[in-house]
Amino acid sequence: MSDTVVIAALDDIAALPAPETPWQRLRREFVANKFAVFGLVLLLLAICAAVFAPWISPQNPYDIGSLDILDSKLPPGSRSGAGTMTYWLGTDGQARDLLSAIFYGLRTSLMVGGISVAAALAIGSIVGLAAAYFGGWIDALLMRIADIQLSFPAILVALILLAILGKGVDKVIIALIVVQWAYFARAARGAALVERGKEYVEAAQCMALGWPRVLLRHMLPNCMPPLIVIATIDLAHAIALESTLSFLGVGVPVTEPSLGMLIANGFEFMLSGTYWISFFPGIALALAIVGINLVGDHLRDILNPHNAR
Amino acid sequence: MDDSQNLLSPAGVAQHKADVLEVQGLQTHFFTHDGVVKAVDGVDLRVGAGEIVGLVGESGSGKTITGFSVIGLVDPPGRIVGGHILYLGEELVGAPEPRLQQLRGKEIAMIFQDPMMTLNPVLRVDTQMVEAIHAHEKVGPAAAMARARDALALVGIPSPQERLLAYPHQLSGGMRQRVAIAIALLNRPKLIIADEPTTALDVTIQAQILYEVQKLCRELGTAMIWITHDLAVVSGLADRIAVMYAGRIVESAAAADVIGRPRHPYTQGLINSIPTRATHGSLLRQIPGMTPSLLHLPRGCAFRPRCGYASDACLNEPQAVELPAGRSLRCWNPLADE
Amino acid sequence: MLAYIIRRILQALLVMAVMSGLVFVGLYVVGDPVAMMASAEATDLERDAIRASFGLDKPLWQQYAIFMSHALRLDFGKSFLTGQSAMGLILERMPATLELACVSLLLAIVVGVPLGIWAGLKPQALSTRGIMTGSILGFSLPNFWVGLMLIMVFAVYLGWLPAGGRGATRMIGPLDLSVLTLDGWSRLLLPACTIALAKAALIIRITRAATREALPMDYIKFARAKGLAWSRILRVHLLKNIMIPIVTVCGLELGQVVAFAVVTETIFAWPGMGKLLLDSIITLDRPVVVAYLILIVFFLVMLNLAVDILYTVLDPRVRLQGAKA
Repeated sequence: MSDTVVIAALDDIAALPAPETPWQRLRREFVANKFAVFGLVLLLLAICAAVFAPWISPQNPYDIGSLDILDSKLPPGSRSGAGTMTYWLGTDGQARDLLSAIFYGLRTSLMVGGISVAAALAIGSIVGLAAAYFGGWIDALLMRIADIQLSFPAILVALILLAILGKGVDKVIIALIVVQWAYFARAARGAALVERGKEYVEAAQCMALGWPRVLLRHMLPNCMPPLIVIATIDLAHAIALESTLSFLGVGVPVTEPSLGMLIANGFEFMLSGTYWISFFPGIALALAIVGINLVGDHLRDILNPHNAR
Repeated sequence: MDDSQNLLSPAGVAQHKADVLEVQGLQTHFFTHDGVVKAVDGVDLRVGAGEIVGLVGESGSGKTITGFSVIGLVDPPGRIVGGHILYLGEELVGAPEPRLQQLRGKEIAMIFQDPMMTLNPVLRVDTQMVEAIHAHEKVGPAAAMARARDALALVGIPSPQERLLAYPHQLSGGMRQRVAIAIALLNRPKLIIADEPTTALDVTIQAQILYEVQKLCRELGTAMIWITHDLAVVSGLADRIAVMYAGRIVESAAAADVIGRPRHPYTQGLINSIPTRATHGSLLRQIPGMTPSLLHLPRGCAFRPRCGYASDACLNEPQAVELPAGRSLRCWNPLADE
Repeated sequence: MLAYIIRRILQALLVMAVMSGLVFVGLYVVGDPVAMMASAEATDLERDAIRASFGLDKPLWQQYAIFMSHALRLDFGKSFLTGQSAMGLILERMPATLELACVSLLLAIVVGVPLGIWAGLKPQALSTRGIMTGSILGFSLPNFWVGLMLIMVFAVYLGWLPAGGRGATRMIGPLDLSVLTLDGWSRLLLPACTIALAKAALIIRITRAATREALPMDYIKFARAKGLAWSRILRVHLLKNIMIPIVTVCGLELGQVVAFAVVTETIFAWPGMGKLLLDSIITLDRPVVVAYLILIVFFLVMLNLAVDILYTVLDPRVRLQGAKA
C-alpha cells in the first residue's frame, strides 16, 4: 500500500472521538434528564430545610412558651395576635406555626429515614457480601432468614416490632433497620456473586489477604453502584413507612414529631374544613419523597447495565 | 453487453418484467445517539421468478437490514432514506403501511435466523399457523387447519397433526425452523427472504433443509433471497450471489462465476478463508483487520484498510460497474478476469 | 407436585409456630395487659383475680404451652378486651378486608395494564413521559396522604362520596359483600382508589418493562412479517407473554395490600382486620394479635403457593417441563 493510503488510515483512526469515562457519562445522562435534576433540587431543598431548621424557622414550635393559644387554627397567611409574625401556612390545634413545624418535622423524618437506611445498608451489605463470599451453609442460612423476613409485608413487621419495643425515636429507627436490612442483603449478595467470579478476587485470595480485607477493600467498592441506587429508593420507602407508622400513632413520640405525626394531628380537623393542618405537611412529605424517588429512579436507569452502550 | 442487460431493448424490458424484486440504490440509515449508522448504503439487487439469490456478508455488513428493508420491517431509529424497492413493478419505499401489511406474509414472506425465538413460546403451533392464513383470507377453521397440515407435510415434518397441537419448545431446532418455513409457504408468496435460516442448526439438518428449500423453490416457482455469512452454504444453493461489505454490494454475479472467478479482493478473501481438504494442515488464511464500524467508515472504499491491492485511487468511493455475463463490481483494482 | 405442595405447607406451619412464639414472648415482655383491662381504682387483689382468670399468672413457658395445645385444636384463645374468640373476631372482619383488597387490585390492573402497554409501545411520546412521571408520584405519595386528600376533595369539598364506613351488604353464599349494592360501591370507591393508586403505578412500571422487553423479540417481528394486524399482535402475542410477570407480581401484591389495609381502614373507618390489629396492638390484646399473625402467615404462604402454581399453569414451558420431570 502506498504511503498516502497508510497516512489516510491513521487519520481515520485519529478522527475517532475519545471515549468518555463512566463518571462523565453518569453526569451527562443525569443532567440531560430534567426530571432527575428537578428531583435532585427538591431533595437538596428538603435536606437544607431539615439541617438548618432551627435557624430558618420563624418560630420554635416546641417551645411552649413561645406559643399563644389564641392563635390556634388560624388559616394560612394570617398574622399572629401579637402582630409579631405571619403564619405563612397557618397554625395547628396547639397554635404552632405550621411552616416551622414542617421544617422540624422534615428534620425528624429525614433523620430517622437517613439513619435507618445507612445502618441497614451497612448491615445488609456485610451480610450479603459474607454470604456470597463464604457460600455453603452460611449463605443458605443467611438468605433463608432474609427471605422469610422479606416475605412479610414491611408494615406488619414494623407494627409488631413497635408493639414489642414501645414508643420512641430510637425504637422506630431499629424497627426500620430490621425491616430494610434483608433487602440490602439480597442485593449485596447478588452483586457480590457477580464480582466473586471475577479475577481480581482470585488474585486477592492468591495473595493470601484476609477475608475481611478482600470483602471490604476489594469487593465492596465494586458492588456499590446498585446498592447506592437501592439505598436512594429505599430512603423514600423508609420515610414513607415512618410517616405511616407515626400517622397510625405507633411511631415517633409527640415531643419529636415527624411529618407523619403532623398529618395525623390534623386529621380530626379535616372534615370541618380546617384542611391546612394536614395538607401542608403532606405536601412537604410528598415533595421530599417524590424528589428522592426521581433521583433514585433515574440513577437506576443510568446505572442499569441493560442501558449501557 | 447482450440484449437482456440493455433495459431499453425488448429483451431488457422482458427481463425487467420477469423480475419479482428489483432493488435500486437502497439506503437504510440508523439515526442513533452516537451518529448516523449507514447500515445499507447503495444496494442494487434483482431477483427473478423462481431464482435463488444468495446475499453474503460478514456480520455488520448490512445484509439483514437489507432483508428487513425489503419487507418493510425497519424500526426506529432506522429508516429507508433513499432508493427504490420494486416488487412486481410496485414501489414499496414510502408505500402506506396497510399496503405493506397486505404484502407481508402473503406475497413476500420472511424466515428468521433463530427458530427458538421466532415462534411465540406461549402459543401453540396451530394457532401461529392459522393466524397467518386468517390475516389475509377468510377461510373456515377446518380448511385453515387442513392447509396448515399440508404445509407441514410439504416441509417434511412427520405426523403433522400432532405437531400442530404442540408448543414450540416441544420441537427440536430443525423442526421449528421447518415450521417457520411452512408458515412462510402457507400463502404461496412469490418472494421469500430467508435470513440465515440454517445458521443455528446442526450441519446435517442444515444440509437437509438446504436441499428441501431448493426443491420447493423450483417446484413452486418462488423467488428467494438467502442471506448468510457462509459462502460455502450458498454456493451449492443459489443461482446468483451478491457479496456485501459495509452496507454496499461489492460484487454480484452468477454463483459459479463468483466462486470460480471472483474479481473483488474481498470476495477472494472470503473464498480463500474457507477451509477445504486442500488447505488441511496449513494455517487458515484470514482477511487481515476487522470490519469497520458503520459509524466511522474509512474514506473512499470501505475495504481499503484491509485490501492488499489498495491504491491511491481507492481513496474515492468506487461506483458499481456492470460487466459482461451479468456481473456487477465495485472496485478500482479488480482482480484479473481469467 | 403433590410432594412439593405438602413440603410448602409444612414449611408454613413451621414459620407460623416460630412467629407465634416470637410474638408471644415479645408481647409478654412488653406490658401488662391487666393494667389496660382493670379500672384505675382497682385494688391489687382485683387485679390478681383478673390476672388469674386469664391465666396470666402462670409462667411464660406454661402460658405458651397452653396456647399451643389449644392452637392445635384451632382454639386461639379469647380476646382480653371483649372476651370473644380471638380467631372468631378476626374471621368476622376478614371478608371486609379481602373485599377491599380484591377490588383495589382489580382497579389497579384495569387501569395499569393498558397504560403500561401504551408506555411500552411508545417510549418517547409525551403522554408516556406523563404516565411515567405520574407513576413515580403514584408510589411516592404516602398511602395515607392520598386517602386524606381524596376525602378532602371528594367528601368534604365536592360532597360526592361519603367519607367512611362500609356500605350496605348483600349475602352471596356464605359471604357478605358490599360490592353487590350501589351504596356499597359508593363507600368502597374512595378507599379502593387510595390503595389502587400506588398499585397501579407499580403495575404500570412492570407492564411497561415487560412490554419493552417483549417487543423487540423475534416472535413479535415474525408476527409482523406474517402480516398480522397490530391489534392481534398486542392482544394475543404480547399480552399472553407479559401476563406471566404481571400476574405473579399481582399475586404477591395482594398479600401486601391485605397487610397495608391497616392504614386505609383507619382513615376510612373500614371495618376490616387491619383496624382490629392496630387496636389490639395498642391495647395489648395479645390473643388477637397472635391469632391475626398466624392467620396472616397462613394466608401469605398459601398465596405464595398459589402464585407458584399459577405460574406453572400460565407458562407452558414450565408446565410441561414439570410434567416430564
